[in-house]
Amino acid sequence: MFVWNGLYPMSLDKATVASIATLARLRVPEDRLEPMVADLNAILGFVEQLNQVDTDGVEPLASVTGHSLPQREDAVTDGGYPDRVTANAPDGGNGFYAVPKVVE
Amino acid sequence: MSEPYRIQGETGAWEVVIGLEVHAQVISKSKLFSGSATTFGAGANTQVSLVDAAMPGMLPVINRECVDQAVRTGLALEAKINPVSVFDRKNYFYADLPQGYQISQYEQPIVGEGVVHLDLPDSETKEVGIERLHLEQDAGKSLHDQHPSKSYIDLNRSGVALMEIVSKPDLRSPEDTAAYIKKLRSILRYIGTCDGNMQEGSMRCDVNVSVRKPGDEYGTRCEIKNVNSIRFVQQAIEYEARRQVEVLEEGGSIKQETRLFDANRGETRSMRSKEDAHDYRYFPDPDLLPLKLDPARVEALKAALPELPDVKKARFIAEYGLSVYDASSLIEERAIADWYEALVKGGNGKRDPKIAANWTISELFGALNKAGFDLADSPVSADALGGLIDLIGDGTISGRIAKDVFAEMFETGKDAAAIVEEKGLRQVSDTGAIEAIVDAVLAENQDKVAEFRSGKDKLFGFFVGQTMKRSGGKANPGMVNELLKAKLTG
Repeated sequence: MFVWNGLYPMSLDKATVASIATLARLRVPEDRLEPMVADLNAILGFVEQLNQVDTDGVEPLASVTGHSLPQREDAVTDGGYPDRVTANAPDGGNGFYAVPKVVE
Repeated sequence: MSEPYRIQGETGAWEVVIGLEVHAQVISKSKLFSGSATTFGAGANTQVSLVDAAMPGMLPVINRECVDQAVRTGLALEAKINPVSVFDRKNYFYADLPQGYQISQYEQPIVGEGVVHLDLPDSETKEVGIERLHLEQDAGKSLHDQHPSKSYIDLNRSGVALMEIVSKPDLRSPEDTAAYIKKLRSILRYIGTCDGNMQEGSMRCDVNVSVRKPGDEYGTRCEIKNVNSIRFVQQAIEYEARRQVEVLEEGGSIKQETRLFDANRGETRSMRSKEDAHDYRYFPDPDLLPLKLDPARVEALKAALPELPDVKKARFIAEYGLSVYDASSLIEERAIADWYEALVKGGNGKRDPKIAANWTISELFGALNKAGFDLADSPVSADALGGLIDLIGDGTISGRIAKDVFAEMFETGKDAAAIVEEKGLRQVSDTGAIEAIVDAVLAENQDKVAEFRSGKDKLFGFFVGQTMKRSGGKANPGMVNELLKAKLTG
């Protein structure tokens, strides 16, 4: 299982990459796994440079703009267009999307 | 203290440890991050915006009222309100989750630790810790029974605000757990943040169950998903605890997993599809800045909270002299408590609060239950019941006749005084009239009079009954007693 503990350096192995691909519903052929491990590790290595910065005593920064989370009033201002919502659905009927049966 | 709940196994008694995650749908007009409506039962996908359908490029904007509702709930749970909280993406794949992730709160929820006070039978109380409360989006709904090979998806619920309320593992029995859910629901309904309707799914429970020998460390827990009634929660706990005891006593171990409660079979079973689904890869949602709460906003919400159930109960006991039992029945729903207070206060201090409580609980609730009505549909208003109680109070009718009048009021919606006049039910308090009836009864039952006088005291009730019957129930019972006593023993 892939658990990022928030600390670099980290590197991914082939099994982890395969598992991430499954969770993301991406089909990665076996022969593409090794090259992808190398690519992803290169990206992680690049990002890892950030670890060289000393952030002791620095508050986490969520936004550089200084904005706070905008909040809207509680009013119904949207919806009411099921045809638009389902326009791209490959399958459906009576306003529903239809998908291959998922049963527990 | 009552006996603790234990599962008796081959190797001795086991203790059951339960924690609850309650998903409570927030009462708001529109969704957590979009302006589409939240009402239940609308046509498929009619309450869906392009945000809820996760169309590319759509941005979530938080609903201020949903934030307020979460804060109100936190305050009512005596919990810490976090001045800064963060929205994260919880990633998983499912057909009714169009974004591929749920916007939730992970490490920094809006509400921290709090407490719920349980009222258990025999006036026992128990505190259940609240671990946290966070805001998140609900998923859409899948319908599996409409087509042999397809599932239909309705996104109307997608994006509706939920409060996930997580308890500490402080519950120890199915009864505790039922009491916790009821109390939590009562609080949510009092403050109007969730309607608590488990049937419509606006309140849903995930139940964490583990077992251990008393005094041992916590055992490995299993999570039973989406149990949708209090009775099913209790059944699921009983079944699951027994199952775990059997596994452990056969030398096995409990695997931490997600299980499903099958209400038809009364059992839980493993949801294999969820086996690798726990890897949610949470990360802060880059579309949403941290949510900051101004202390003044929290204070204003606190000041506007209504009187909560625990406080109201204590007040009913102190102010009206009610028993714990009566007070508990009257405060469970705010509407009932308000109704009762209107009834008592309507009498300008003349209505006895205990008599008012008896009439509300025994007669009114009884009649409502029988008719399948809610209090809101009651054909007898607080004012009308007050009128009836006043007629008993001033001696116009007896308590016995009042029950018949009440039945008539419930049936017809007429007021008590009109029924009493119409049917001539006014209590007879005229000594001469009652005396005549008593004399007649005694004359007709000479033999019984002799028996009574020779020591068969129990016959007194017979004479009272005969006299009341002959008066059509209208004779003043106190006067009947007095006259009979005088004539029989005098």
